[in-house]
Amino acid sequence: MATSGRLVITATINGDERTFLADSRDSLLEALRERLNLKGVKEGCNNGNCGACAVILDGHLVNSCCVMAAEIEGSRVETVEGLAGPEALHPLQQCFLEGAALQCGICTPGFLMSAKALLAENPAPTDEEVRFWLAGNLCRCTGYDKIIEAVQAAAEQMRARK
Amino acid sequence: MVATPQKPAYKVIGTRPVRPDGVDKVTGRAAYGADVVLEGMLFGSILRSPHAHARIKRIDTSKALALPGVKAIITNADFPTQESGTLDLGEGSANPKWLVDNVLAGDKVLYHGHAVAAVAAVDWHTAEEALGLIDVEYELLPFVIDVREAMLAAAPILHHDLRTNVRARNADTPKDRETNIAMHMRVEKGDLDAGFAEADIVIEREFTTSQFHQGYIEPQNGTAHWNHDGQITVWTSTQGAFSVRDQVATLLGQPVAKIKVVPMEIGGGFGGKIPVYLEPVAALLSKKTGHPVKMWMSREAVFQATGPTSATWDRVKIGAKRDGTLVAADVSLCFAAGAYPGSAVGAGVLCALAPYAIPNQRIDGFDVVTNTPKTAAYRAPGAPAAEYAVEAVVDEIARALDMDPLDLRLKNAPDEGDTNSSGAPWPRIGAKAVITAIKESAHYNSEIQGEDVGRGIALGFWFNGGMESSSSVAVNPDGSVSLILGSTDIGGTRASLAMQLAETLGVPYEAIKPQVVDTDSVGYTAVTGGSRTTFAGGWVAYDLGQEIRKRLTERAARIWGVDVSAVTYNDDATITGTDKDGKAQRFTFEEICRRLPSTGGHIAVSAMSRRNTAGPAYAGHIADVKVDRETGKVTVLRYTAVQDVGTAIHPSYVEGQIQGGAAQGIGMALQEEYWYDDQGHLRNGSFLDYRMPVANDLPPIEVILVEVPNPGHPFGVRGVGEVPIVPPQAAIRNALRDAIGVNFYHTPVTPTRILDELLPRA
Repeated sequence: MATSGRLVITATINGDERTFLADSRDSLLEALRERLNLKGVKEGCNNGNCGACAVILDGHLVNSCCVMAAEIEGSRVETVEGLAGPEALHPLQQCFLEGAALQCGICTPGFLMSAKALLAENPAPTDEEVRFWLAGNLCRCTGYDKIIEAVQAAAEQMRARK
Repeated sequence: MVATPQKPAYKVIGTRPVRPDGVDKVTGRAAYGADVVLEGMLFGSILRSPHAHARIKRIDTSKALALPGVKAIITNADFPTQESGTLDLGEGSANPKWLVDNVLAGDKVLYHGHAVAAVAAVDWHTAEEALGLIDVEYELLPFVIDVREAMLAAAPILHHDLRTNVRARNADTPKDRETNIAMHMRVEKGDLDAGFAEADIVIEREFTTSQFHQGYIEPQNGTAHWNHDGQITVWTSTQGAFSVRDQVATLLGQPVAKIKVVPMEIGGGFGGKIPVYLEPVAALLSKKTGHPVKMWMSREAVFQATGPTSATWDRVKIGAKRDGTLVAADVSLCFAAGAYPGSAVGAGVLCALAPYAIPNQRIDGFDVVTNTPKTAAYRAPGAPAAEYAVEAVVDEIARALDMDPLDLRLKNAPDEGDTNSSGAPWPRIGAKAVITAIKESAHYNSEIQGEDVGRGIALGFWFNGGMESSSSVAVNPDGSVSLILGSTDIGGTRASLAMQLAETLGVPYEAIKPQVVDTDSVGYTAVTGGSRTTFAGGWVAYDLGQEIRKRLTERAARIWGVDVSAVTYNDDATITGTDKDGKAQRFTFEEICRRLPSTGGHIAVSAMSRRNTAGPAYAGHIADVKVDRETGKVTVLRYTAVQDVGTAIHPSYVEGQIQGGAAQGIGMALQEEYWYDDQGHLRNGSFLDYRMPVANDLPPIEVILVEVPNPGHPFGVRGVGEVPIVPPQAAIRNALRDAIGVNFYHTPVTPTRILDELLPRA
C-alpha cells in the first residue's frame, strides 16, 4: 500500500447493512468484488462502456466501475447476487435460462440488472424499447435476439403476477 | 425453423433443455478467471510499450522495487532462452521464441502495447503505481502498419533473421533476403490460362479489410502458484487448458507433469483465448515471490496486445461463361500477421473458393509481419476476408451477366465428389441445400420497398475441425452418469455433449452430470475451437455410451447366469433377456445401476477420439439494408442466416451460435475497425471507440437450420460455430450495391465511407 488511504464504508448491500474497509482509490466495482467478494459483478472494460458491472444504486442503474466506493456511504446497492429468492429464481433469471439468452455468461449479470431496472420503470416495453435500454450492455456471443426475447418473456410473467 | 425433414426419431437430440451451468451463470456464482481468490495472493500488472517499434536499451526497475508493497518485477530476461521451433496450439501453432518475446518483449518492442515488464505487488493499485516508476530507455525505430507497405523491399524490417518460407511452385518470391514476408503459399489446380481463355467475361477487383478484434467481454487473465515443491498450478479462462499447459511448460522450460491448468469459466474467446499472455508471467512472478499471483488485462491492453484479426489486402480475378459457369479464378491474399509470423492466411487460401466448383484456379497467400499486435484466431480464421472478396466479385459477375445472383451461385455450387481447391473430393456437403433453402425462404421471396433500400446475399464456407477429445464416465448406483470433460464450455457444450451421451444410452438428459475438469483429471483434449467440440466430444460421448451399454449387458448376463448373446440393451435403456431357467427378465436402467455395487462393482470408462470426419459447413445470408444519404448511416432492416448444421443437437444453442456469428460479421461489415495514428499508436482501444454492435444496432437475426447430416458422425453433427461470421461482410456489401448503386472495396463500410461516395466531389 503506497499513497492511498483507508475508508470505512457502511451501506445496504442486497438488503443487508454491511460495513467494510476500502482503499480510497477503490471503485464500487472493486469494493463489491474485492472487499465484499460479490464476484457476480463483472469487469469487462472498467470505463463504463460494457455494462458487465451494472448494479442498481438507490434505485438507479449504474456502472459500478464509474462510481467510487466512497460515494456509496448510506446507500442501497443491489447486485445480481440479490436477485433470486431462497426458493426460486427471479423471472428474468428463469427466462434467461430457459430462453438460452446466455452463452459464455460473463455479460449476463449486467444484463439482468439492467433489465430489472428497465422493467421497474416500464413493465410493458416494446422490443425496440428493450433494445434501446440494453444498448449500454455489450454481449458478444448471442447477437442479442434471445436476450430481448427473454426480457419480454419475463416482463409478461411479471405483469401476470401483479 | 428447421428446413430439412427425415431424421431419426431422437429422444434427446433436438430438444432444448437448460444447460447444467446455467443457474450459476444467472446468479453470479459461476467462477471466471478473474474471480479466483487464493490465500496470500499477490496482484500482477504489466508495463506496455508506448512505441510501435523500438529497441529496448535499458530497463531500470530500482525505483519501482523500492515502492512499499512491490514484491517482484520480471522482464523477458527472466524466462529461459527459447530456440526456434513449432509448438502446436490446437488451432494454429507458435514458434516458442516468438511466443516468449510476445509475452514479454525481448530486445525490441514491436507494437504499441507490447508487454515490457511485469510487477507483482500486495494489491492491484500498488502494482499499477509501480509501473509508472519503471524507467525504460528506448531507441525508436521506423515502423510499418499497413500490409502493402510492409511487403515493399524498402519497408522497415521487424525481424532481421526472417526469410520467406516459399511454399509455391513456379513463384519468383525471393527466399534469401531480409523481408517482412514470412511465408508465400500457393494452391492451384487445372489450367489457369486455358480457363481464362474460355471465359466470356473476366472481372478483377482489389479489396482491403480492416483489423477486427474478437471482442470477448471478459479480459484475458491468469493466476499462477509456483509451489515450493516445484508444482505449478495455473487458473485461467482459456479455450484449451491443455494448450495452456503445453505453452506454459515450454516457456518456463518445465515438464508438463509439473503443471496443472485449472480451466475457469470463460467469458468468450472466439479464437482469441488460445495463445498465452499472462499465465507464464504470473507463474514466474509466483516463483520469485513464493506467493500465488493473479493478473488480468485492462480493456485497453486487450485491444492493444491480444490477437486481433489480420488486416488484409486481397485481389480476386474470376472468369465466367455467358451462361454463368465460373471457369477460372486467380486469387491473391496478403494478411498482416502482426508482430510475429502466423496469420490465418493458410485457412483463407483454402476457404476462398470453397463455395464454388471452379475447375481452373490458383490462390496465393502471403503472411506478412507488421508493427501491430500478433494476430490470433478469430471465428473461422482467415475465411471472412477471403470469402468476402470472392463473394463481391461473384456478385459483380452476376450483375454483369444479368443473372439472378442466387441462380449463378446454385449453378456453380459444389456437390459431394467435386474437388476442393487442393484437389481432394468433398464429402457430403450442404452447399446446394443451403442455396435452395434461401430461395424458398420467406425473406428472399419478400418484396423490399423504399428509397435507398437494397438486398444482398452471400455464401460462406468453413472446414470445421476434428482433432482430439477425451472424456471419462462413471455410472452411479442411482442411475445417473457422471461425464468428465476436458473441453472448455463457451456456449453450451456441457449440454450438447451430455445430450449425445443421453441419446446413446436412451436415458433422460437429466441423468447425465457433465463436469469440466483440470488437466490432471482427464485425458488430453484439444482446444474448444474450430467448431470441433460438439463433433469430437460427441464422438467420445457416443463411444463411452456404447461401452456402458456393452458392460451393462454383460452385467445383466452375469446376474441372469446366461451368455451375453441372450441379453439385449434396448434403446429405451431397458435390458431384456431370459435367465438360465428360461424365464423372461427385464431391468430398467436404474434397476441395473442399483445392482452394480453388489454384482461386481461400479462401471467407469475413459475414451479418446481423434477422427478426421468433421463435415464442412456452408452458410448463406440475406441482408436488407437502408442507407441514410444525409448521415451515411446504414440500417440493417432484415437479416436471415441459413446454414447446414448437420444435426442440431440443441437447436437453441445452434441458433445462438449463428446469431452471434452473424452479429460479429455485421460489426465487421459496418462499424468495427482498428485505428492507428501516424505514430503507429492504436487510437481506439476501448469499447466506446471500437464500436461493436449493441442491441439497437441490429435487427432480429432470423435463422433457418438446414440439416444435411454428416456421415462421419453417429448423430450427423457438423460444427456450427464459425461459418456464420463468414457471409455478412459480402451480404451487406452486395446489399449496399443494390441500395445505392455503389460497389465498396473495403470493410467496414462506415458512414464516412458511404458519404465519401455519395457526396459530390470537390
